[in-house]
This record gives sequence, C-alpha cells and structure tokens, in this order.
Amino acid sequence: MLSVDVWRGTREGRFQAFQVPRRENQTVLDVVTEIQREQDPTLAYRFACRVGMCGSCAMVVNGRPRWTCRTRVSEVAHDGHLRLEPLRNFTVVKDLAVEMTQFFDKWHAARGYFEPGPQPATNFATVPPATAERQAADAGIECIGCGVCYSACDVVAWDENYLGPAALNRAWTLVNDVRDQENDARLKAVSGESGCVACHTHMSCTKFCPKAIAPTYAIAGLKRAVLRRALRGRA
Amino acid sequence: MTAALFVAQRLSAVVLALAVAVHLGTILYAVRGGLTAGDILGRTHGNIWLAGFYAAFVIAVAVHAPIGLRNIVREWTAWRGTTLDAVMGLFALVLLALGLRAVIAVFVA
Repeated sequence: MLSVDVWRGTREGRFQAFQVPRRENQTVLDVVTEIQREQDPTLAYRFACRVGMCGSCAMVVNGRPRWTCRTRVSEVAHDGHLRLEPLRNFTVVKDLAVEMTQFFDKWHAARGYFEPGPQPATNFATVPPATAERQAADAGIECIGCGVCYSACDVVAWDENYLGPAALNRAWTLVNDVRDQENDARLKAVSGESGCVACHTHMSCTKFCPKAIAPTYAIAGLKRAVLRRALRGRA
Repeated sequence: MTAALFVAQRLSAVVLALAVAVHLGTILYAVRGGLTAGDILGRTHGNIWLAGFYAAFVIAVAVHAPIGLRNIVREWTAWRGTTLDAVMGLFALVLLALGLRAVIAVFVA
C-alpha cells in the first residue's frame, strides 16, 4: 500500500491521509484519481489529457512541482509515501486545484501572443530551421503552460507581480519569431520592475520544467535584448 | 528594476570587475616585502592615473551598490516608491562623497 497525504482546503487547510494500493506503472495522477473515485469524491483536482500535453495536472509532489500524469509513483515514492499539495505561488481554489488566471494574464502582460502587424504578410513566411532565431524559438515553443516553473520560482514568491518564467519564455519565442512585428513593444513590456530583469537566475524553472525547456536561458536572452534596446536609448 | 537601472547596474558591474581585480592584484604585488601606510602614500601621492582609477572605482560603486540594495529592499520588504528611490539616491551620494573624499585625500597627501 501507498500512504498518501493530500492537502485539503484552500490557503488554510490540513493534510488528509489516504491508503492507496500500489499498482504497476502507476502515476501520481492515477493515485489522485483513485482516491477521488474510490475513497473521497469531494477531493478537487484538475486533469484533462493524461498524456503530458494539456498542462492541467501539475501539483507539488513530495515538495517538488511536477506534472502528475507523467510522474510514476516509483520515481518519487521511494519510501512508499506521497505528499500532494497544490502548486505554490497560485491561489488555491480547493484542495489540489489552483486558479490559473493570474498566470495566464501575465502571458498577456508580457505580450506573449503573435503580432502580425498592421499589414500582415499575404504569403507564408519561409523560416529556415537552421537559423539562430528559429532555433531559439524552437527551444522554448513546446511549453504546455502547466505552471510548474511558476510554482518553482523564488522571484514569483517574493514579487507577486513578477511575470514569471513561462510568460517570459513565451515572449522570448516571439522575440525570435521573424514574422512578428511588435517586438519593441514586447521588449518594453518585459523590461519593467517585475519583468525579465528581476530574474535571479536560480534556475528552478529550468530544473523542474517537465518539457525540459530552459526558461532561464530565454530570460537571459530577453535581458540581452532589453540591454541592447536600452543602449539604443529606448529604456 | 527598470531597464535603465538594469543597464546602469550591468555597466557598473563591468567596471567593478576590472577595478576589484586591479585593486586586489596591486595590493598583493605591492605588499610582498612588507609595506607601511607611509610607503603607500609616498607612492600614490600626486599620481593622477591612480586617482583617476580610484575615482572611476568609486563612481562604479556609487552606481552599483544602491541599485542592488534597492532590489534587495523591494524583494524582502513592502517598501516601494519615491521614498525608497530618494533614500537610495541619497545613499549613492553618500558613497560618492565619502569615496571621492578618500581619493582626493590620498592624491594630495
């Protein structure tokens, strides 16, 4: 049997203990689902795809943020114990479900959306895969928006306005999108008090990203771009 | 930290990296056989290059330290806004005044 402590409540709450049978190839999400379906239907959590694509099921597992659908119990519960908490740096809706609005609002604040400009190109752009910009964009484009990096980030914990690794990573992919027409505005958006320059390069985001993306390098790239922009007198 | 402060902090850090290395290297080289304060002042007195170097060092410190301290205060406390910026500006002026005073004192000693 697996002993599982699950956070119950919102900001205030307590851990509730459950016993769950060990099964072959069992994931942490399987454990949560088994608890919710077999033992306590009032347990709130979130998931959708179960295959590491949607970014819905992230939680803090034994103290570390993880995507639970792709985390096997055998990887993390070496002593037969799991401690499950909601992601840090988010408002807890209930139990293991968190409010993602602020997280995605920050993507918008970082202008983390494609800007074709007032006169979009009428034909497909050719972007050779070997170019430096394309490779920099490719390195961060697979983000699934799970919030693991945001949960792991110390700077977010210090400054609730900090845009966070995911939003800044998205901004960096767009800075390197040769089709985008609003990079000056984007660099201005990410260069404020709570933008990329606030990053301390602790690299927790890079350490815990389940997609092996390195937001730290994206943020470093933004810092260089912001520096160049400021040296051109556009602070 | 705004982009302007970020640039100021990074550029002053470049100056400091060189200045600290030269400063420490000079100390290690100069004191090999033992050195008194009198000996030091005897060599540094009236040296415009040394005074210029340490003036640049002091200016870099006066730019760099208040920006870093401002960041720390903003991260660890709720203090924000113009009072914080004013106090950090004052801190920069104090560092600048004390540092340049020492540079001038050594130059004219």
